[in-house]
Amino acid sequence: MATVAYPSPERQNYLNQEYGIKSWLLTTDHKRIALLYLLSITFFFFIGGFFALLIRLELLTPAGDLVQADTYNKLFTMHGLVMVFFFLIPVVPAVLGNFLVPIMIGTKDLAFPRINLLSWYLYIAAGALMMHCMLTGGVDTGWTFYAPFSTAFTNTKIVEAGLAAFIAGFSSIFTGLNFIVTIHRMRAPGMTWTRMPLFIWAHYATSIIQVLGTPVIAITIVLVAAERLLHLGIFDPKLGGDPLLFQHLFWFYSHPAVYIMILPSMGVVSEIIPCFARKRIFGYTFVALSSVAIAVFGFLVWAHHMFVAGMSVYAALIFSMLSYLVAVPSAIKVFNWTATLYKGSISYTTPMLYAFGFLGLFTMGGLTGLFLAALGIDVHVTDTYFVVAHFHYIMVGGVLMGYLGGMHFWWPKISGRMYPEGWGRLAALIVFIGFNLTFFPQFILGYMGMPRRYWQYPPEFQVLNVLSTAGSTVLAVGYLLPMVYFLWSMRYGKIAEDNPWAAAGLEWMTTSPPPTYNFEETPVVDFEAYDYENIKAKEAPVAR
Amino acid sequence: MFANAPLWPERASTIAGNVDALYIFLLVVTGMMCLLIFTCILVFAARFRARPGHEAEQNEGSIPLEITWSAIPFVVFMFIFVWGAVIFFKERTPPRGSMEVYTVAKQWMWKFEHVEGQREINELHVPVGRDVKMIMTSQDVIHSFYVPAFRIKQDVVPGRYATAWFHATKAGTYHLFCAEYCGTMHSGMVGDVVVMEPAQYEAWLGGGTATGSLVTTGQGMFQSLGCPTCHRFDTQGRGPNLTGVFGKPVLLEDGRTVVADENYIRESILVPSAKVVSGFKPIMPTFQGLVTEEQMNALVAYVKSLSQPQSGGAAGTPNLKPPTSQQSTENPR
Repeated sequence: MATVAYPSPERQNYLNQEYGIKSWLLTTDHKRIALLYLLSITFFFFIGGFFALLIRLELLTPAGDLVQADTYNKLFTMHGLVMVFFFLIPVVPAVLGNFLVPIMIGTKDLAFPRINLLSWYLYIAAGALMMHCMLTGGVDTGWTFYAPFSTAFTNTKIVEAGLAAFIAGFSSIFTGLNFIVTIHRMRAPGMTWTRMPLFIWAHYATSIIQVLGTPVIAITIVLVAAERLLHLGIFDPKLGGDPLLFQHLFWFYSHPAVYIMILPSMGVVSEIIPCFARKRIFGYTFVALSSVAIAVFGFLVWAHHMFVAGMSVYAALIFSMLSYLVAVPSAIKVFNWTATLYKGSISYTTPMLYAFGFLGLFTMGGLTGLFLAALGIDVHVTDTYFVVAHFHYIMVGGVLMGYLGGMHFWWPKISGRMYPEGWGRLAALIVFIGFNLTFFPQFILGYMGMPRRYWQYPPEFQVLNVLSTAGSTVLAVGYLLPMVYFLWSMRYGKIAEDNPWAAAGLEWMTTSPPPTYNFEETPVVDFEAYDYENIKAKEAPVAR
Repeated sequence: MFANAPLWPERASTIAGNVDALYIFLLVVTGMMCLLIFTCILVFAARFRARPGHEAEQNEGSIPLEITWSAIPFVVFMFIFVWGAVIFFKERTPPRGSMEVYTVAKQWMWKFEHVEGQREINELHVPVGRDVKMIMTSQDVIHSFYVPAFRIKQDVVPGRYATAWFHATKAGTYHLFCAEYCGTMHSGMVGDVVVMEPAQYEAWLGGGTATGSLVTTGQGMFQSLGCPTCHRFDTQGRGPNLTGVFGKPVLLEDGRTVVADENYIRESILVPSAKVVSGFKPIMPTFQGLVTEEQMNALVAYVKSLSQPQSGGAAGTPNLKPPTSQQSTENPR
């Protein structure tokens, strides 16, 4: 056991406080739990990414030749399930949020440290079940589980996959609950609501959606299982059910789930941009409240996934209009981030490059959402590659760029080491180029009419598919690089200072890595968030 | 514009032009928004880059700016919304007098039946210049009828009828896709829509192996299932007289009023007790499991024929003459 040997770099912190497998598996330290999540979520990211690469390889040629049709259907289903439930939904809250929420508001831990550990165990249990399901046959319904295909026609492991999603949902609910209570009850003296970092506002809004929305998908999964196992007529018209009821229930959660994914990444970007522009964020109140507005309006737009499903035209009209309303707070955020750059003093560090990437890709993802919300156009492009491209711009372009930016930004705090800046910038560039090459052609494919979830396709779509597949290999390199140099830096990286970026925020006022209870003594907050006026920039924030 | 552009889908229906127009408008508007935002980011990033002697200038925000960049997008969004909605209403409202094609989707094929009795699989022949209404149902899971060249798509849900319509403007062969994932061979549930000049279409209709029109088939079913026992063509039956019912509002036993459309007829055959006509008892047995989707289509087509002008007039004698192909030429739209 390391003893206190301040100020040597081996001073006591949450990493060297205790050693041994038990000290990790039974920890209640939010920072250690964040690292447990980091490991397991990275594992699932590469599983899901592997499926994606196989999908892209199959689509290299118009004929279905690499894998069987059934295998292909399972690949895109498992890709969706793994990425949505085991990567995108938990990634930022459970890794960065877990690590940072208590530190950013100046407290020792989350409100319920043991429930926090339970969240991780539920995640692992769900993940193990999902892995078992995949290895023993998998599922072929698409991650959307549409009835009556899922309840009466497919022979694959619906109930097992559903149970995995069900359990993962509880992990998500517990995380959200923990954040809500922590943010309400445990802020340091002086940390008022208007002094909270926007990262905290974003996580607060996310937590509300997690707690209110996730139970609905749990109910839906139970109903699917009941119809499949007990033949209760709920969704299958042959049993007197209504297939559209399934879609309403499914999207009532799964649309807000998109905001569970994107809001935390927006929070990350709201931290990175002020730091590397050396400025207070432009329009703090508007950025903060737009997160809440997105959380609220996000619950009212679910049926825009169902414009051609056979709903009443008047219902479609209302959902189309509400979908445009939810676009307004997103636009407000983008404008405020852009305005924050104005008259700043901008350095192009790796986190900032990811933030720029986020701005570009999220803007394109958001603007193509305007096409899909337009009823007349949605009829043509829904269920085509246009939709696939659109949501990947949000979920991969947005969420992942935010996550990677955040990982680089807080890596010195998490690990106590600096990552290699040159490699970081190179990887950010590769990810950006690879991403656009993969997904931009899919917009064109979609408008040309190529339906999604197609194992084979007419030959006129091949050129664009080849481009997309080429892009996906570039993207894979871009994602592997950070993993390699993060691991490398844990041993060989430069020792990080407590505040290497001269950033504002309580997390930078404690040591790197922080001690187990985060602060030597409870901080008192007598400054606004993003107080860059009073923080002197480093001479050269980055070694060139 | 863009009619023969590469990477642009063919435009072969009246609605396609409307959809393309809004799409191009959106490309321009969103392109300008992208240009504005990206230019700002790039210019700021270059001009205000960190360098010795340069300090950031703090500024808290600006309410007028916030209002401006909330209000302008909002107005633009509402404009797009209304435009999109107008097209959607057109897409969802089949014109009166459309020629009808009954469709049964199943894993993994499209089965079409023309009212004249022609049946085809994965191939749909239609004339150029006519409104065509697809009356579709599924035998198993959800499918989706998608013809990119017409810019139309409609999910085909089991247990009910879904309708879609188009007015082809250009002869040719176009892709028909299933757009809602439906299992193993989802990507094999594709076909061709063959749009023909009217004369050729007539020739095609005449040359087929039709086994009598849909209405005649339906009438046969109506007799053999014993429907006329109660649904008599006078007012003495235990069930309502079906003459002239289709397309009209019907007063129900519980006081509600519904319009007797294809879905109402379908439901009344499969779940007769769901919507009982005022003045009648819920004594009709269900025909669930006794009629296939194709037979259901024939029955529906027959009941509809009882409301057509030439058949509804004389008290109760249904017109046994099938609507022939000459009917379609009588009714040029």
